[in-house]
Amino acid sequence: MTAPLLEESAGFDRSTIDYIQRAAASGLYEIRGLGAKRRVPNFDDLLFLAASLSRYPLEGYRERCVTKTLLGTRFATRPIELAIPITVAGMSFGALSARVKDALGRAATEVGTSTTTGDGGMTAEERASSKTLVYQCLPSRYGFDPDDVRRADAIEIVIGQGAKPGGGGMLLGQKVNPRVARMRTLPEGVDQRSASRHPDWTGPDDLVIKIKELREITDWEKPIYVKVGATRVFNDVKLAVHAGADVIVVDGMQGGTAATQTVFIEHVGIPTLAALRQAVDALDDLNMRGTVQLVISGGIRSGADVAKALAMGADAVAIGQGVLIALGCNSESYVADGEHVSALEDYARLGTAPGFCHHCHTGKCPVGVTTQDPALELRLDPAVGAKRLKNYLRTVNMELTTIARACGKQDVHHLEKEDLVALTVEAAAMAGIPLAGTSWIPGAAVREK
Amino acid sequence: MANLKPLPMAREFDLAHDSLRHLNLFLHKRAALEGVAQIHVRNPDGAHSIAVGLDAALDVQIHGHVGYYAAGMNKHASVTVHGNAGPGAAENMMSGRVHVKGFASTAAGASAHGGLLIIDGDASLRCGISLKGADIVVGGSVGSFSAFMAQAGRIVICGDAEDALGDSLYEAVIYVRGRVRSLGADARFEPMSDTDRASVKSLLAQAGRTGDPADFKRVASAKSLYHWHADADQEY
Repeated sequence: MTAPLLEESAGFDRSTIDYIQRAAASGLYEIRGLGAKRRVPNFDDLLFLAASLSRYPLEGYRERCVTKTLLGTRFATRPIELAIPITVAGMSFGALSARVKDALGRAATEVGTSTTTGDGGMTAEERASSKTLVYQCLPSRYGFDPDDVRRADAIEIVIGQGAKPGGGGMLLGQKVNPRVARMRTLPEGVDQRSASRHPDWTGPDDLVIKIKELREITDWEKPIYVKVGATRVFNDVKLAVHAGADVIVVDGMQGGTAATQTVFIEHVGIPTLAALRQAVDALDDLNMRGTVQLVISGGIRSGADVAKALAMGADAVAIGQGVLIALGCNSESYVADGEHVSALEDYARLGTAPGFCHHCHTGKCPVGVTTQDPALELRLDPAVGAKRLKNYLRTVNMELTTIARACGKQDVHHLEKEDLVALTVEAAAMAGIPLAGTSWIPGAAVREK
Repeated sequence: MANLKPLPMAREFDLAHDSLRHLNLFLHKRAALEGVAQIHVRNPDGAHSIAVGLDAALDVQIHGHVGYYAAGMNKHASVTVHGNAGPGAAENMMSGRVHVKGFASTAAGASAHGGLLIIDGDASLRCGISLKGADIVVGGSVGSFSAFMAQAGRIVICGDAEDALGDSLYEAVIYVRGRVRSLGADARFEPMSDTDRASVKSLLAQAGRTGDPADFKRVASAKSLYHWHADADQEY
């Protein structure tokens, strides 16, 4: 006798049934870490054409290919000069331990790039280890200190985050330990919900004045970045340019988070691919390409992703989740005294497994990356983490230059849209790049900017 | 003659002629070096960002109305505005003293971590929003959503408060003498203790005001939003 054919509902599949039943049992929505898990059009849907008869390649292992990147050349008297166009995205002390922030700084400094603070202020560890540190000015203003403004190399005004545009920060009580609480002026253990709007300005006209205040405080020395979560990117980028930003950071919906409602992560914002095209269109519309630099983030993983982002018009990228994964996030083991120690049981206690874990919000990270637990955070040795991250960033950069050389570029910033084709109609429409084998860009003539 | 203390050197800027950049650069990098302790600013004419980012014990006297962010992120300095102030006066102040002799617009003292902000007149919407430890004394009334998400510090309101006072408060405490049109989510009236009365008395004195602490009511957080729970009213 054959087993009966079981048919799963497309609308009410097991995942949906689990969601409804969990909501019914708890009365609470799910909060989790990392980024969107649904598939959206992304950089994998683009391909490089590279050189052949009609283009001339550079010798892959011999000829020079420049990666130097300048950010903040519009108004700041001390722009940021990076060795590579790959930066470490803003992630908070609180979400991450001080040891992790230290590791990020060490690796970034060794490869010549910048790190970025996050909600919760600047730690001494990250300032000491980061040669170039971008200091975020967030709606919460947790730990925001003019001394740190003066200590920073650039200021990033955060309007929104790709994982939760329009939403404020969140740090559950288990991660609000005494040091985090002190830095954020919060009671220990409180489920912290921070503001979604800045306290002292309310719109683009105000932002003009806010940016000028920061310029006055920093004596016009430091670049001012403006970071937006990807929604109405074309308009937001234009407003940020008009407000006087030196650098605009656009964070697509695949961007990560330490703790956000799943409904937000999966259903709010637009993919990085579409966001990047809109941002570049906005800069082109204002004739500001090259004057205002564009940093794109949200799901950047590899040198191929970086090369495609640069070809589409970004000046640099910022990586968050990839950086954490390089440190050991979602690894089966952590390193203690030079030996790999299994973390599988700890994953199981969280109800997950390596490769699936998104439990940053619990503070019980089995590999010591997204935790404030004194025992768990020891699982990430800053020296080990820094070495792994340095290797990752160097690998990504090598992949980037490999592709750039194959496209005949002596400078990775010379990559251009003409070097790309799209694999799918959706990606072609979002990225404004022709479908492979055609010259067709869906919607090009009537695209809503 | 030799026993007389020298008067602190004073310097005057006239923003009708001197640029804001010139003024702020002097305040940041020259004033302390040159031993100038008192700076007078004439004709501010509503300019934004006057005396922002100060980091020395200077006495800055601004003679007229100022725009946004006057004395923003102040540390150590005493800044007096002989006029009205635009939005964000003394925002993110860390220490020192800012005194607005007239009225203050929105978000006065926003996210201020320390120091004392005195507003002799009324303060508009969101006074003390996101407050993180500073003290604010308002001689008049405050607008809606004052002390929104205020985390620490004290606000004394000698007049009335409009809607949603103390919405989503953390540990900051509000003392209000007049009428409160409505409290915000999770804010509640609490009895005044001896400590509260002493605080009000001290803050009024520091602001150069008189008044009986017994006339003030205390508003603080009920702390029902400190932790997630399923039965919370989602309309808060």
